[in-house]
Amino acid sequence: MNDSLIWLFAAPLLASLLSVLLPRKAVLICLFAVSITLISSLIVLSTVIESGAFYYALSGWQTGLAISLYVDGLSALMLVMTAIIATAISIYATAYFHNAEQQRFYWPLWMMLLCALNVLFIAADLFNLYVGLELLGLTAVALTAIDGKPEAIRAAIRYLVVGLLGSLAFLAGVSLVYTAYGTLDIAAISEQIQVNFYSGLIVTFITIGLIIKTALFPMHFWLPMAHANAPAVVSAALSALVIKVAFYLIIRLWLELFSDFNNVGISYLFSTLGALAILWGGWNALHAQRLKLLAAYSTIAQIGFLFMALGMILLLPDGEVRNTLIGGTVILAITHGFAKSALFLAAGIIQQHAGHDRINELSGTAQRLPITTFTLTLAGVALIGLPPSGAFLGKWYLISSVVAEGLWLWVAIILIGSLLSAAYIFRLLGHAFGRIERPKRLLAIGREEVPALLLALTATLLLAFTAAPLWSILENASGVYG
Amino acid sequence: MLSTQLIYGIAGIVLFVLSLRVAFSTELFLRQVLAINVAGAGLFLTLLSVAFKGLEQPADPIPQALVLTGIVVAFSATALALALGKKLAENSPDER
Repeated sequence: MNDSLIWLFAAPLLASLLSVLLPRKAVLICLFAVSITLISSLIVLSTVIESGAFYYALSGWQTGLAISLYVDGLSALMLVMTAIIATAISIYATAYFHNAEQQRFYWPLWMMLLCALNVLFIAADLFNLYVGLELLGLTAVALTAIDGKPEAIRAAIRYLVVGLLGSLAFLAGVSLVYTAYGTLDIAAISEQIQVNFYSGLIVTFITIGLIIKTALFPMHFWLPMAHANAPAVVSAALSALVIKVAFYLIIRLWLELFSDFNNVGISYLFSTLGALAILWGGWNALHAQRLKLLAAYSTIAQIGFLFMALGMILLLPDGEVRNTLIGGTVILAITHGFAKSALFLAAGIIQQHAGHDRINELSGTAQRLPITTFTLTLAGVALIGLPPSGAFLGKWYLISSVVAEGLWLWVAIILIGSLLSAAYIFRLLGHAFGRIERPKRLLAIGREEVPALLLALTATLLLAFTAAPLWSILENASGVYG
Repeated sequence: MLSTQLIYGIAGIVLFVLSLRVAFSTELFLRQVLAINVAGAGLFLTLLSVAFKGLEQPADPIPQALVLTGIVVAFSATALALALGKKLAENSPDER
């Protein structure tokens, strides 16, 4: 059933082109394509669970000529996460747009974005990663600007310029790889790669390019504007998936291809940048005036947690503790994907319902939109990392490894970061639960509220209770690209 | 002719570095877009010089394929950038 790998990107790609040709049927076509990616991602995951990681050469060409794809436990989990979130976002989007023109542009671009995401999770050579990153960046920028408001366009322009600089750095790294090693296949490079000045340059360029894309402090400055000004249905995909895929590439490359370059300095560098991101993002989220801005700053803080965990992974020697922490980091990333998309979708509902998303004026939201407020609460629980959310497990393993290494400053920062996220979530909920005199309905806009709620439930409950199999799936991720 | 290859390669790197400097030092959107384009061209020049295998042998096709893809990407990115800039200029005439 390895062929289902093709449909992960072929289905959204075809849907994107078809929905340009047949704009009236766009919604149906795209929902069909999204369900195909959901089914294929589940098939891929079950294949990986049964028979382990596998290579796939497109249309049967021999290695070296073919576009090669590679799936292991980590990428299969990411694919399933992406497919589930994409399904929820797509259902939500059918009710979100009230402007025909925006809707006409939204579906092709969103499908292209999904195609790029799936390509990035499974591509096994650097050049396809570059093409995927460019496709991802361009569609993300176009989606940011989709409602045509001047602030959104200004944010999109900044996003575009920064994104292009990131891809340029990545491309420079890729070019250097080809001049040095004569191949772009990741498995082939990892057999040859040597630690010297030239390869150091490669590692630097590629890492900087990806750090810009994943908005790690101090390369985060473009994120709040872009994520807060894009339509909610777009921000959900940007924050939950687009940022995450760049982090996935960093963790993948550093654990496999660049593992020889790993040293104490690098791991402290990642952890320190992560720590600064946690503090900066948390502090600004606490002071954000608008709900979507709060969510955007919270993304920066969450990326900080992921990088702090990455630094710890690189610091730890191979073994049980390290593998547990890798599992914890992945579950933290996946929980953030579900929780943040739920938060942004809920923010979109509130914004449409109240006409604004100013946090101080959200009184009565709990009465008017009880389900959405419940979604906000669940997503908040997952973002803070309270039990039983998946993030609790992730942070638990992170803290225990930090304590085991005796890095007390990091312990303090993780705790402060969690306190900050608790503070901004409770500040939000405090306003949302403010009472007003109003008639109320339980479910205002079902097609929007239910997908958001399901995402939040997944983040808070499902992931915690199904966490155990995750580690066994990740064991298939060992080895350097096969 | 190794030296020609070297000249092309170094020229590409110089172009790349110079235009990155411009891209970071200017606030003007159009200048940034142009600088990024020139930086891309510098990279392409370096990559193409790597493809050269001497006059007797055909050049390595892979870098050429990469550059071709890169040019298409740079073209679409520039088009998107200009479209956004135009839209912004229409919506708020005092800026550009």
